Amino acid sequence: MSAHADSLAAAQTVEGYNFAYLDEQTKRMIRRSLLKAVAIPGYQVPFASREMPLPYGWGTGGIQVTASILGACDTLKVIDQGADDTTNAVNIRAFFARTAGVATTTRTEEASVIQTRHRIPETPLTDQQILVYQVPIPEPLRWLEPRERETRMLHALGEYGLMQVSLYEDIAQHGRIAKTYNYPVQVSGGYIMAPSPIPKFDNPKLHRNPALQLFGAGREKRIYAVPPYTDVRSLDFDDYPFDVEHWDTACALCGATDSYLDEIVTDDAGGRRYVCSDSDYCDRRRQAGDTGAAR
Amino acid sequence: MTSASQAAAGGRLKPGFAEPVHGAQQAFRRILQAMARPGTLQDCGRDLDPPPGLSPAMAAVCLTLADADAPLWLAPALGSEAVQGYLKFHCNAPIRDDAREAAFVLADAAGMPALDACAQGCDRYPDRSATLVVEVPSLAADGRGAWRLQGPGIASTASLAVGGLPGDFPARWRDNAALFPCGVDLILTQGHTLAALPRTTRISDPVEG
Repeated sequence: MSAHADSLAAAQTVEGYNFAYLDEQTKRMIRRSLLKAVAIPGYQVPFASREMPLPYGWGTGGIQVTASILGACDTLKVIDQGADDTTNAVNIRAFFARTAGVATTTRTEEASVIQTRHRIPETPLTDQQILVYQVPIPEPLRWLEPRERETRMLHALGEYGLMQVSLYEDIAQHGRIAKTYNYPVQVSGGYIMAPSPIPKFDNPKLHRNPALQLFGAGREKRIYAVPPYTDVRSLDFDDYPFDVEHWDTACALCGATDSYLDEIVTDDAGGRRYVCSDSDYCDRRRQAGDTGAAR
Repeated sequence: MTSASQAAAGGRLKPGFAEPVHGAQQAFRRILQAMARPGTLQDCGRDLDPPPGLSPAMAAVCLTLADADAPLWLAPALGSEAVQGYLKFHCNAPIRDDAREAAFVLADAAGMPALDACAQGCDRYPDRSATLVVEVPSLAADGRGAWRLQGPGIASTASLAVGGLPGDFPARWRDNAALFPCGVDLILTQGHTLAALPRTTRISDPVEG
């Protein structure tokens, strides 16, 4: 979406809705949940998630969190799988431009609030920023124990043996921990948390990040948080330490070797290239004169 | 006493935020910052003129977070009809006699109830716990007897000088932290300044000097 289209959307703020769509009582309810989420890092606070004007799975939880923190002075960036120009990101950015009239940007360092689906930006965040995650399944133990009563009890007891066994079974079957996204983490030595389906490449960025990280799951009606500068450890074993993905190629557009790369199929003959998933990071590198093999 | 009868009695009801939506949003971001970065001082409620007994920062916390779903408990120093009328009218929050039933416990430093006399939450739902909002005589980034703070939200250590709390407050706070994930959270206010201590913040001995 071009800057021109963004400003056009902002100029046409819809009438008949409260600022940032949600009513004030809903915002108060979410704000109280957010404060408890920050005070108990990694704990999933239940909240009365509202119907939103888009289907579950499209970021209803993240949108409700963003709507409850967003102010007229904020600058909002929205990314979907790292990119500013994908359907989900364009829609949510336009939604807040129309219902709140806030400034929007695609540049990571200009944003005060960043809503994200499944990535953490490559550009390091600052202590002036808030990162809001869209979360589909907030419960890291859900695929191991389907009953909410039980998972809540397991969290209360700190009984995480199931998760360790699941990781061990990966090693027994595949010779390595096969989880590549939504890789479970332990927050501040306490709760085990689902970091939302970010690639495990992004897990190290959760650890002691200067920005406040808020997580919203709309369908599952849960909010949780990681305060700034908080220890976030990816689960592993002494003899099978946590490791991130590596590529033996660079971004075809900007030549970056330090960013998360998406595989793009280019023809029917098996042709493919790898490009940065973070579109802002890639654009900025190209503007600075960096080039990859495809240029 | 209702706000109507209060107005009839000659006491004028003080206004809340000039712009309720944006006023509450700005106050919330300050409160969120305070809770996410323990020990930092936030300016809050500067444009409010609440009735005597209620500081601007404490009034801002109530106007932002309290409503019919979030009951309040008031210390005797905050029990005046003007304060009760203000909170009932602007927040529509029920006022409880038992601190254990309140989501927000409002007090002055002398009238603060024991931390374990407030809702603690339970192991499965530790979020069902109270937030204490306490007006203290002084609140500064450092000074004599300043605490050293550590925990989530703090890069290495933070410092906060709080006046007027009981001398054994750090010990009481350690007892509260030992209940994690249960326990209470604390918002300290002084005039239009505010700081917060979530249950995860550790207070160590006063900084020398």
